[in-house]
Amino acid sequence: MAYLELKNVCKTYGDESGNTEVLSNINLTIEEGEFVAIVGFTGSGKTTLVNLINGLIKPTSGEVLFKGIPVVDTSHERGVIFQNYSLLPWLTVGQNVYMAVKEAFPKEQKSVLQKRVADYVEMVSLTPAINKRPKELSGGMRQRVAVARALAMNPEMIIMDEPLGALDALTRGNLQDEILNIWSKDKRTALLITNDVDEGIYMADRIIPLKPGPNATLGPEFKIDIERPRDKTALNDNPKYKETRNAIIEYLMDIGEERKSVSDETYVLPEISPKSFVA
Amino acid sequence: MKQSITLSKVTQLMGFGFLKPITVLFSGKPQKEDFINFLKKIVVPLLSIVLFIGLWQAGASALYNKEANYKIEKALADQGQLAADEMKACIASGEISCQPNTLPSPAQVWASFKTLIEDHKIISADKLAFKEKTAAMNEKRIAAGKDPITYTGRPSFVDQIVTSLKTVFAGFLLALLIAVPIGIVIGLSETLRSSFNWLIQIFKPVSPVVWLLLVFMIVKTLTKDSNSDSAFIISFISVGLCAMWATLVNTAMGVSSVDKDYINVAKVLKLGPMQKVFKVILPSSLPLIFTGLRITLSVAWMVLIAIELLAQSPGLGSFVWEEFQNGAIDSNSKIIVAMFIIGIIGFLLDRIMLTIQNMVSFNKNEGV
Repeated sequence: MAYLELKNVCKTYGDESGNTEVLSNINLTIEEGEFVAIVGFTGSGKTTLVNLINGLIKPTSGEVLFKGIPVVDTSHERGVIFQNYSLLPWLTVGQNVYMAVKEAFPKEQKSVLQKRVADYVEMVSLTPAINKRPKELSGGMRQRVAVARALAMNPEMIIMDEPLGALDALTRGNLQDEILNIWSKDKRTALLITNDVDEGIYMADRIIPLKPGPNATLGPEFKIDIERPRDKTALNDNPKYKETRNAIIEYLMDIGEERKSVSDETYVLPEISPKSFVA
Repeated sequence: MKQSITLSKVTQLMGFGFLKPITVLFSGKPQKEDFINFLKKIVVPLLSIVLFIGLWQAGASALYNKEANYKIEKALADQGQLAADEMKACIASGEISCQPNTLPSPAQVWASFKTLIEDHKIISADKLAFKEKTAAMNEKRIAAGKDPITYTGRPSFVDQIVTSLKTVFAGFLLALLIAVPIGIVIGLSETLRSSFNWLIQIFKPVSPVVWLLLVFMIVKTLTKDSNSDSAFIISFISVGLCAMWATLVNTAMGVSSVDKDYINVAKVLKLGPMQKVFKVILPSSLPLIFTGLRITLSVAWMVLIAIELLAQSPGLGSFVWEEFQNGAIDSNSKIIVAMFIIGIIGFLLDRIMLTIQNMVSFNKNEGV
């Protein structure tokens, strides 16, 4: 039995007058312990897909099965790292994490919970900032808090919605390694949504492109057959890496072209020419 | 240096940021820019005050002359040249009985202010003396199970201010206790919001006077068989009812428009309904609630004067009304004194609320 399974999932937004089908016919299977990345253009319905899997929204048709049981609500078993951090600005870093931990382990004693908070804040190396509020932190630090908050709940599956999209390249690289560390240590299952093919190849076992919406659907999967731990610098010279990367990018370019040719709208350019100031 | 940093922070937080140029000028070495800043932020505003007083003085003396000329002409027409000359001499001599009664000059207002303070000192001394005199007797009366004798003399101007402040705070508290819980409940439920919307929309624009009459109708009957101070009850309830709408609407809006990201967080963390309200929805709508409370307090202070005036409840409003009815030579300037005091207290109340509001608010994009 698959760990997470999406069967013919469709999601439609809007009312009777103007329906837009954002996702159509999504079929996806993720096995336990796997790291899967979904790559797609911006606006192709990636966040909708994430919200379907974590249970924030329900599919219009089809089913989302988690360990064989339909997903109807959010669950502590699936931790989410949101695209826009979503920290509560009136709480400090520690309080933000504590709130999540307290919900995930309601029976534990306060001291145990606080230890856990301290551990996870330490893990994302934010201990000096534990009493600061989100506004005092940089974007990268905020995202690390969001990572700590999601992981401190000890979810079986980590769902990441472009978690590193807003970060600079250096912070990005560090966080990628941290996430990989945590994933490989406890052998959790991970789903990464990203728009960065390199990030997907570096982190995932499989990459599945999402064809751009409306009517977004999943493309053919690409297996990343590179053994772990992967070395970022050595990766560039790895022939398998080059091959996979080229194949994925070619595919994405093709569907990008397809999208362009699908629209039959022609634009009439105004007939203007630059005015000559030379008399 | 550390002290001046905290000083400037405190003034900033209290909304007294305009004092910053002074604190800068007196802490450390002033730069040229600081001096220009000082000119711009302090000297020019001071000049505007001088200009205001100058215009007031000019206007007051023009009105004074008009009123004086009218008096002389009236005497001439009614009683002849002799009476007119007498009137002219009388006005020039400063005799109280024949002074033209019009807009008082700044100097007169200042004199009245000092009179009111003197008056307060006399009354306070009087009160103290009365207390000492009756202390022994009151003890006996209490021992005998009777009510103690209390001072029933005329309240001073400062007493009136204190009474007004008590009324406005009672009204504000009432507004807070009614509007915030109802606002939260209405904000949480779309159904309740749409079903109570008509009520809010209809009652919000109702004038303070009408509220007063409504409260009067009810309280008069309810307090029939008790000897409590119904004027105070009527005025503070009316103030509360007039002023609570801003808080009600703002709270409902704040609660209903919580950022979707925060709601998603609450869902993903699987917070219970109570926890969701107290840990996510309320904190995130606090800035809007406090904006509402700030409007409520300033509205409360504004309608208070009118309500006291009508309800015959002691306070600044009835002070103004009594002085107007009194018609003594310094009544007009006392009214202007009251006007300034009302304005200054209103300004201070607003600043206090602004300080609290700044302490609880956060930028909406800070967590995102």
